[in-house]
Amino acid sequence: MVALAIIAGVVVYAYGFSATNVDISQIKAETRLAQLTRVVRALARPDLVTYERTDTNTDAPIYMPCPPGGFTPPKVDQYSRHITIEPACVNPGDPITVHGENFSPNARVTLYMVPPSGDLNLILGQQFVADETGSFTETLDTRERASEEQQTIRAITREPIGSIFHPATIDTFDSQGNAITVKSPRISEAAKVTWVKIIQTVFIALLATTLGVFIAIPMSFFASRNLMKDIKIPLIKLALQIIAFPVGMVLGALAAGEAHRLSLNLTSNLALTWLGVLVLPALMLVAIRWALPAVEDEEPSPGVRLARAMVLVIAAVAGVVVLFLVGNLLMRFGVWLAPKLGSFFFLGDFSTTIGDILIAVITFVTALMAAAVLANLAGRFAVWLRAHASDSVVRPISLPLSAVAGAGMMLLLGQLISWLYKIQDPVKIIWVPGAIGALLGLGLAARVYKKEAVNVGLTVYYAARTLFNGIRSIEPLVMVIVFAVWVGLGAFAGALALSLHTVAALAKLYSEQVESILTGPLEAVQATGATRLQTIVYAVIPQIVPPYISFTLYRWDINVRMSTIIGFAGGGGIGAILQQNIRLLDYRAASVNMLAIAVVVASMDYLSSRVRERIV
Amino acid sequence: MLKVEHLTKVYEGGTIALEDVSFEVPAGEFLAVIGLSGSGKSTLLRCINRLIEPTEGRILWNGADITSASQDEMRRIRRKIGMVFQHFNLVHRSKVITNVLQGSLGYVNPALSIINKFPKEQLERALSQLGRVGLTDQAYKRADTLSGGQQQRVGVARAMMQNPEMVLADEPVASLDPVLAHSIMQYLELINKEDNVTVLCSLHFLDLVHRYADNTIALKDGHLVFEGPPSEIDDAKFKDIYGEEAERVG
Repeated sequence: MVALAIIAGVVVYAYGFSATNVDISQIKAETRLAQLTRVVRALARPDLVTYERTDTNTDAPIYMPCPPGGFTPPKVDQYSRHITIEPACVNPGDPITVHGENFSPNARVTLYMVPPSGDLNLILGQQFVADETGSFTETLDTRERASEEQQTIRAITREPIGSIFHPATIDTFDSQGNAITVKSPRISEAAKVTWVKIIQTVFIALLATTLGVFIAIPMSFFASRNLMKDIKIPLIKLALQIIAFPVGMVLGALAAGEAHRLSLNLTSNLALTWLGVLVLPALMLVAIRWALPAVEDEEPSPGVRLARAMVLVIAAVAGVVVLFLVGNLLMRFGVWLAPKLGSFFFLGDFSTTIGDILIAVITFVTALMAAAVLANLAGRFAVWLRAHASDSVVRPISLPLSAVAGAGMMLLLGQLISWLYKIQDPVKIIWVPGAIGALLGLGLAARVYKKEAVNVGLTVYYAARTLFNGIRSIEPLVMVIVFAVWVGLGAFAGALALSLHTVAALAKLYSEQVESILTGPLEAVQATGATRLQTIVYAVIPQIVPPYISFTLYRWDINVRMSTIIGFAGGGGIGAILQQNIRLLDYRAASVNMLAIAVVVASMDYLSSRVRERIV
Repeated sequence: MLKVEHLTKVYEGGTIALEDVSFEVPAGEFLAVIGLSGSGKSTLLRCINRLIEPTEGRILWNGADITSASQDEMRRIRRKIGMVFQHFNLVHRSKVITNVLQGSLGYVNPALSIINKFPKEQLERALSQLGRVGLTDQAYKRADTLSGGQQQRVGVARAMMQNPEMVLADEPVASLDPVLAHSIMQYLELINKEDNVTVLCSLHFLDLVHRYADNTIALKDGHLVFEGPPSEIDDAKFKDIYGEEAERVG
């Protein structure tokens, strides 16, 4: 048995080596090693500061011809920039070997001979280049100028001015020929760009995590089996609600459109806008207080219920108007504020953007809420019907209703197919889906005819789980490509892609927590007569807060890491710059990027572990 | 008046927890439910407020049919039935006062309670219920910082917060020492005698049954095997209920 396993293992790994092109000769190849050395050395010298350079002399004494008794040159400091001459004295015209150390890497070196008067540089040989360590060894002929006094061999190279502890100030010219004053050394361009980009990267992670958390929290309840499995709805109620939902959406969108028109009348005048924003909510508050009493001891009469409902509808429309007005005010405020804030202009832009988002989103949200309300009403009607009509009436009604509901849902699917595949044929997009939907509806109705309750909760649970598993299996790096096409390349696309993945991952983690809560407190709250929502708020939520916070921090760590590389696929942040630098073979700049990434990730890890200690 | 008629509960997989249980409880009675562990006591109590759905049978309370009530009706019924649990079932991370306020969830407006806004009178009532069980100074502490006896007192206060007409107590003192057990039972006795609340209480120890209960029912393997006042439980009946090897404890 074991022998078989070993043989199988050998076969598998042998194939694996072949499939992944493992090639040791590449690892040892000389050209590859030379390249590797170059790159690693560049990575070890991040391009953090830029020096101004100026022509600098490096001198060494020489005697031509040799004085009696020879010449021993003074000792030089091996660690500073120097040249040594071998032999230390020669006959004029004889060759010498000049050995230089600690020059700038790959410096262009020109050697000169300087006579005792010191006023002439006589060039020796040709300009040459030092190696990567700033060393060189050149053998060349001296000039035929004899003297009894000491002469000098001079190496002239462009060397950096100033040091980190003693920076110098230089007057020079920029690329357009304007006179500017710069410091030497100063922060390099690569470092400046890295700083800006790493800040952007951290904010990509922040936005992605925040958005992801907000959406994941409610979604996680739909993916929790213990909450969902008991949600059973009678078929007639389900069918009526499914029919009512799109109707509600249309009504809601229309109402939002009307509210928008109303608000536009007001927004033309700033004073009226302010009036609207202040007065309408006050009226709404009064209306809601009246319509929703604090404690209900007796069941209210139908007339009172109707009046309450109408008041609530009017208050809702007023609310939508207020939201449009607020959005308008935010935009105005932002536009007015931004120029006044100097470098805090982004606060003004933030206000404008929020206002913009609010206005864009209101119509959609209103449509959704109207759909929910109408579905709720349809549900109540269904409940009333079941209570006041006998089974022999209710059950047959539920068959056609179920067929209509099924046909309706499939028609929506048909619209989607028509849009994706550009099919206009009504047979394909209306009749066939409609017929299939009706059949499915009838089938469902037949199956639950006796018991009448459809296990909607479990269906939603499976749908949610499948959806999240699907989204989670697509890496954000791949998703960002789609988002980049929608909102353009850059950090916004990266943040959106990350937040989508965050929603799916967090929803799964959160829902696993919900599924493992103690059922005792849940029972106890239910036993008091609490509604499902009240039970969730008072029994479920207090139990899941610490693990939710813990998972949120965990996801934050992951998002920081992902946001550093999401730029590789068009998601902005420091990843984009890193990829660019690598493509340009600017490994010193890449080294700065990598350094920044390492620092940020390490410090974020540390921060989140401290937060975790305090809170969880 | 609580009427249980032919109550049967069969779990998925075939386990018969209750079979054809019928009995009546007049309003204001203190009924003890006794029997071996696993005899169906907890199931019976949970069927009465439909935390568990009965398979067959009817439960009538003050004329209303609990077993066929709708969701909305169940809310109104459940808020009149308080429940106390063996393991206290408080929400640990919430404050004591929040746990007690949960008793009013069946009454307050759902929308406002979601954002934790309770009417002032409910808050005052909660504090007075806490005062009744002697825990006013613990009101704003986290529930899991309290001892077992204190937690059960909070459970009692939560049940009382509902202004119930009936209280179901599922082995409320099984996890407590004898002194604490008596003090909890005395709270139940207080509300039974003073507020005329019907109490159904499952108990293990017969001395508590004798001391507090007006009437007793006994379950064995899901069947009702005895119904009558505690004084009628002689040694023979005791062995009937608990089995041949059982010995009285205390």
